[in-house]
Amino acid sequence: MREIRYREALREAMFEEMERDESVFLMGEEVGHYQGAYKVSEGLLEKYGERRVIDTPIAEAGFAGVGIGAAMVGLRPIIEFMTWNFSFVAFDQIISNAAKVHQMSAGKIQVPIVFRGPNGAAKQVASQHSHSVAPFYTHIPGLHVIQPSTPRDAKGLLKSAIRSNNPVIFLEGETLYGVKGEVPDEGVDELIPIGESRLARAGADCTIVTWGRPYYTVLAAAEKLAAEGIECEVIDPRTLRPLDTELMVQSVKKTNRCVVVHEHWPYGGPGAEIVDRLQREAFDHLDAPLERVTGLDVSMPYASNLEDKVLPTEERVIDAVKRVSYAK
Amino acid sequence: MMVIRRFEEEAARNYAKGKIGGFLHLYIGQEAIAVAAAEVLEDRDYIFQTYRDHGIALARGMAANVAMAELFGKDTGCSRGFGGSMHLFDVERGFLGGWAIVGGHLALAAGTAFKSKYAGEDRVTICFFGEGSTNIGGFHEAMSLAGLWKLPVVFVCENNQYAMGTPLERTSPLKDLSIKAKGYGMPGDRFEGHDVAVVQERLAKAVDRARSGGGPTFVEIQTYRFRGHSMSDPAKYRSRTELEQRKQQDPIVVVREKLMGLGIDENSLDDIDIEVDEEIDAAVRFADESAPALEDVMMSTVLAREDGA
Ligand SMILES: Cc1ncc(C[n+]2csc(CCOP(=O)(O)OP(=O)(O)O)c2C)c(N)n1
Ligand SMILES: [Mg+2]
Repeated sequence: MREIRYREALREAMFEEMERDESVFLMGEEVGHYQGAYKVSEGLLEKYGERRVIDTPIAEAGFAGVGIGAAMVGLRPIIEFMTWNFSFVAFDQIISNAAKVHQMSAGKIQVPIVFRGPNGAAKQVASQHSHSVAPFYTHIPGLHVIQPSTPRDAKGLLKSAIRSNNPVIFLEGETLYGVKGEVPDEGVDELIPIGESRLARAGADCTIVTWGRPYYTVLAAAEKLAAEGIECEVIDPRTLRPLDTELMVQSVKKTNRCVVVHEHWPYGGPGAEIVDRLQREAFDHLDAPLERVTGLDVSMPYASNLEDKVLPTEERVIDAVKRVSYAK
Repeated sequence: MMVIRRFEEEAARNYAKGKIGGFLHLYIGQEAIAVAAAEVLEDRDYIFQTYRDHGIALARGMAANVAMAELFGKDTGCSRGFGGSMHLFDVERGFLGGWAIVGGHLALAAGTAFKSKYAGEDRVTICFFGEGSTNIGGFHEAMSLAGLWKLPVVFVCENNQYAMGTPLERTSPLKDLSIKAKGYGMPGDRFEGHDVAVVQERLAKAVDRARSGGGPTFVEIQTYRFRGHSMSDPAKYRSRTELEQRKQQDPIVVVREKLMGLGIDENSLDDIDIEVDEEIDAAVRFADESAPALEDVMMSTVLAREDGA
């Protein structure tokens, strides 16, 4: 093991998969000469040239569609959205085409494509640039949706996503790109399977399910709660569709309570889906209502004092855990 | 022009100090375009711009302190701290926003022009965007509809040569973007944007055409931004020489020389500079001392009230 940043983990995954498979290419705005708007693709153009690392004009619907078309006949595109906010312009391509053509063609056409880029709020980039998009895409049968929290998961899941025969929505985090974590040594080809949750912290008192940026908020809150005698068990689903609830259910059977913490809005989405499944799969074991800590149900304000209120905070996590634990 | 220039230089300084956050896109080098447009338009006309919107907001008459307070995320800002630099609004002056999704606002401009035609109102819409925005669907669809319905709108492409780090030759097979106009059945124009008088004269033609029922025009104005795309862009993709060459045509230097050539005394120009410095210093003080954005405004502005209050 060695420590690298989340950004480097993603980059390594792309390098390794492009090296392994000639049909993999990267396409998007500023991915080549500029080395990526967030420097994720640094060095790729130098290594693989303009044939496989392709800068596009600002035309998301166009290059998403080009990627889908190329995938239908055998290439394995990685399409980078500079941020997921801009995927809305390409929504129709992803929903009506990428997600549909396999079944529409009675399974004759596959779309092995990855759409990736930073998702969610960054810092004060305001309402049009702060969307946490998982709810939009997890709604759609025909897509996989992955949102890794750590460098190791980022690398292992991106490699699996690139090898998948289905369209994958891969949600990174601008605020996570600099996060460091342990990743297997160079040369170790670790593939983390799509659709497997991971135990991030063991604890007997309260289960917390979380992913993405709030993952770190939750881990910090868990330490504070531990100091007060409440041990939280933290589970990261890593893949939001298909969703693996097995670990969560096991955990809830032990702790008898659960808080789900996510950045996206409270109305629907994977947060609500997890709560729905847990209440059915672990109903007899619950000692308190399932709670959620979510991004507030407003458009993201620019002002930092308000942005801080909208995003899940340690304080809100601690309060929720105490509420379901009937603790003061 | 000096107000815009000093405002943005001061904004950049305050960004470095952490008083301004998020994305900050400066208009430095392009000021003549906004100033000329404001000169040509009537008070009743509508304006749309991208996130690079300080120039047009100030040229249209937004007070520097209200704009600066918005950048500081304060309740006294034009959008009460909810928009920030990218989303200035001055509805009373017909400035209908800075918009941050490339291509997203062009159809809105066709929409306000549609209203003018629908209601028989004498209001022209002017819509600004960068050359990088001429490849996205939003551009083509807005141009198609405006051309078809002969809407009173002027589409102004501020061709500052780069879309973030990508020069025009890597995003378009065309050198002359104005020929795109033909495909939408509207006239096109193309000229350089460093001389405010020239911009004013040429924009006036397009605005007059829209006002007199002649329909839309697509105008490509050649310009250059002296700073990076936004504060996080060191602009390594262009050479120093290129930048220095472009600075020879700094619209402020150009207008200053022109005025002096007309016999205007240098001291009186310097006096204007001093006045502007004071105005901008006061704007920063005002922004700094204002109260932060309010939570109850956040909770109550997601939706409009149904009772009209
Ligand atoms: C749909 C969409 N894709 C990508 C972006 C990110 N982005 C913001 S500005 C920009 C470059 C725009 O260049 P141009 O249109 O030339 O305008 P300029 O910034 O030069 O004024 C890009 C790629 C965006 N805001 N919206
Ligand atoms: Mg440009």
